[in-house]
Amino acid sequence: MEFPEEFKYTEEHEWVQVEGDLVIVGITDFAQDALGDVVFVELPEVGAEVTAGKAFGVVESVKAVSDVYAPVSGTVEEINEELPDAPEVINTSPYGDGWMIKIRVSDPAELEGLMDAAEYQAHVAEEH
Amino acid sequence: MTDNTMKQTPLNAVHKALGARMVPFGGWEMPVQYAGVIEEHLAVRERAGLFDVSHMGEVEASGPEALALVQKLTTNDASKLVDGQIQYSALCYPDGGVVDDVTLYRSSATHFLFCVNASNTDKDFAWMQQVHGESGIKGAALTNRSAEFAQLALQGPKAAEILARLTAVPLASLRYYHFSQGEVAGVPTLISRTGYTGEDGFELYIPAAAAVGMWTRLLEAGQADGLLPIGLGARDTLRLEKGYALYGHELSSTISPLEAGLGWIVKLEKGDFVGRDALLKQKAAGIPRRLVGLAMVERGIPREGYPVYAGEKQVGTVTSGTMSPSLKNGIALALVESSSAVLDKELLIGIRDRRLRAKIVKPPFVKR
Repeated sequence: MEFPEEFKYTEEHEWVQVEGDLVIVGITDFAQDALGDVVFVELPEVGAEVTAGKAFGVVESVKAVSDVYAPVSGTVEEINEELPDAPEVINTSPYGDGWMIKIRVSDPAELEGLMDAAEYQAHVAEEH
Repeated sequence: MTDNTMKQTPLNAVHKALGARMVPFGGWEMPVQYAGVIEEHLAVRERAGLFDVSHMGEVEASGPEALALVQKLTTNDASKLVDGQIQYSALCYPDGGVVDDVTLYRSSATHFLFCVNASNTDKDFAWMQQVHGESGIKGAALTNRSAEFAQLALQGPKAAEILARLTAVPLASLRYYHFSQGEVAGVPTLISRTGYTGEDGFELYIPAAAAVGMWTRLLEAGQADGLLPIGLGARDTLRLEKGYALYGHELSSTISPLEAGLGWIVKLEKGDFVGRDALLKQKAAGIPRRLVGLAMVERGIPREGYPVYAGEKQVGTVTSGTMSPSLKNGIALALVESSSAVLDKELLIGIRDRRLRAKIVKPPFVKR
């Protein structure tokens, strides 16, 4: 299971790549593995407002429906248009082609509350 | 995730060694997936799969009046069975609600075996004993033999070829819904040409102590054909693509077999059985709800409990739903008001905050 060093993480198993005041968000390797085969993805529209800790989208596996939570508040700048037609990419490339949305961060201080890779790895070990 | 209060099949350690993800299911700790639900599902459709279904229950009815007791207990007409034949049937309550759906095996005129759903085994056995007691039928006995048996299901277009490598029992002449007794890999086995996948295949009833050996020999025998172990996840998607009912979803104590589309196993003319009067009344008055197949027209996955609408009005509820791995489309079974149960009619399924279009189709969703 991978926990890339350069990302930040949430307790709800999203990863966050920070590029200035823009962040890229997806679900972690642990999350995709726990879900199983992803067969459906629902994303917000570009321009939508998202709130830290609130669901912005849905990922469904064959068996389960799972909300995906915004790690920070802001405006959706871009969504991964490929995902609805190829949701399985979340399984094969959770940290790469399986990215979900880009958020223009409204309050950069919220980034401080996220976990680093080591903290997230410990969180997963504890939960598992 | 798992705890030691759950029952385990004889293959529990084997599943864990294979890397299966284990989940609680009807009081049992069972494998939900090994390689992944979609891969396992497609293996069964295209090649073959091996399932541990040892959690299923087995109840024997024996004695000179066994048939009379079976007839009293079940909705289908067991008098039509010959030795070595199997019948799909149901146990009903007096109000017509379903206790369980079962497969009934006739070994002889005095020996029948019910295969019942795992989580219902104790309830079924208690119910059968109660009905037996009240029936006054003296020449029959009921025995819960669930602990004696392990059960493996070998399913898929390659199943017969694989099984033939381990048995001298002629399989070509063993027809669908018939069974034969014989040795498989040296183990005395009840070989049943049945299954829950809609594919050709077998359910093998063996002594519990032989389960690990049999599982291993079957996987080896089918390795070259791409035989995979299959978990409950794919078992559910496979049965749903064929429109098969699952107790607790399409059938329950509050759903009659007539509503569930199982009128073909309700033989109201066969003579008295528990539930007959209520089912006769329901049929005469008009069956209020019908189980229908729904295929999504818009993109989305219907799930159990989602509301079903005709226009603005809720007319029913999804009883089971999934993404069909074969069709790559959302499919569901739903119990809806009879007035809305019209083939090709479009209904709406409430999925989160949206209502998405789905069309009523006649199951199976996936034809052979």
